[in-house]
Amino acid sequence: MAESQEGFLSPQTVLAELKKNGVTHVLWLPDSETNWLYTLMKADPSLTLVPVSREGLAFSGAAGVHAGGGKPVILIQNTGMLEAGDSLRGWGLSLNVPVVMMVGYRGYTRHGVNTDTVADYTEPFLMAFGIKYYLVERDSDAERISIAFEESRKKRRPVAVLVGDEYHGFN
Amino acid sequence: MMQTAEMLKVFARHRGNAIVIPGRGGKHWVPLSDKPNRDLPMGDPAMGGHAMFGLGVALARPQDRVILFDSEGDLQMSMGVLATIADQAPKNFYHFLLDNECYATTGGQPVPNAKNVKYDELARASGYQRTYSFTSLEEFTGAIGDIMSQPGPVFVAMKVLPEIINEAIGRRPRWQTRSRTQVIEDLQKELGIVG
Repeated sequence: MAESQEGFLSPQTVLAELKKNGVTHVLWLPDSETNWLYTLMKADPSLTLVPVSREGLAFSGAAGVHAGGGKPVILIQNTGMLEAGDSLRGWGLSLNVPVVMMVGYRGYTRHGVNTDTVADYTEPFLMAFGIKYYLVERDSDAERISIAFEESRKKRRPVAVLVGDEYHGFN
Repeated sequence: MMQTAEMLKVFARHRGNAIVIPGRGGKHWVPLSDKPNRDLPMGDPAMGGHAMFGLGVALARPQDRVILFDSEGDLQMSMGVLATIADQAPKNFYHFLLDNECYATTGGQPVPNAKNVKYDELARASGYQRTYSFTSLEEFTGAIGDIMSQPGPVFVAMKVLPEIINEAIGRRPRWQTRSRTQVIEDLQKELGIVG
């Protein structure tokens, strides 16, 4: 298991946040460098991992889990989030589904010079849908994940966590 | 091909206490159902999501049978969901497909390769262990009891007659009697789920 590293977001920290917030089902499509998190989640008997073949399915799946009384979380990349817009609208927002979507922030560099155009559209996309989002880059930011869960529960709607460290902490 | 309404009348005798997601059959199922608070008539929140929604309910409620009436246009948008369902293999999930070979609510245009896609074979190739295909109500009526006695996931493809709508959306009669959020709240109350 990787040592906790100051300045990085570790998969152990992410998993601890999911468990602290009572997540039962993880709907996900892996993004780059998430293998450590996958290994940890797979080994945890309290979580059901539900892999999807495209990101829009994560939203309808999360709606079903919610309807049945489970607590879903969505793990996807920003590329897939853009494609999943209508599912987010129809199966997430219009059904008042309280779900946190953790979104790998591909192309984000912390320095304002994005390395992929998808990073240019990520935050404007979330703003267009009226979705509150929190940026998480390192372990010390992790409490924002719990804040996102609390907000989604109170407002009964999707809330996003942008994972700005996808190329480091999950590797 | 069979009439969706007639097929649902036959199915209703085998529903038991299952949670039913009627999908495109909703307008026929809503007046027929004897347990509306265990129904999830979602209408069309966003096309392509019904199967995954049904899977989500089934995974969250392993103690209940979950019946989905999917449609071929919806499934064609998200064919990969078959692999996800087979991967999860929920024993309580029964996946019925209403195949009318067209987009009925937009005027009846054919879905891609409408007459030739074999959805039961796609489901089997994706990993469903039990798959069926019916074109007549008589065959379906004779088999439904046996189908429902088997563990899920089960896939049942059915050829149904299209009910084509050309009316502008604003002039179409509404068959929904509750909002989508109310439908979910009613189910959760019925199941004792605290939101």
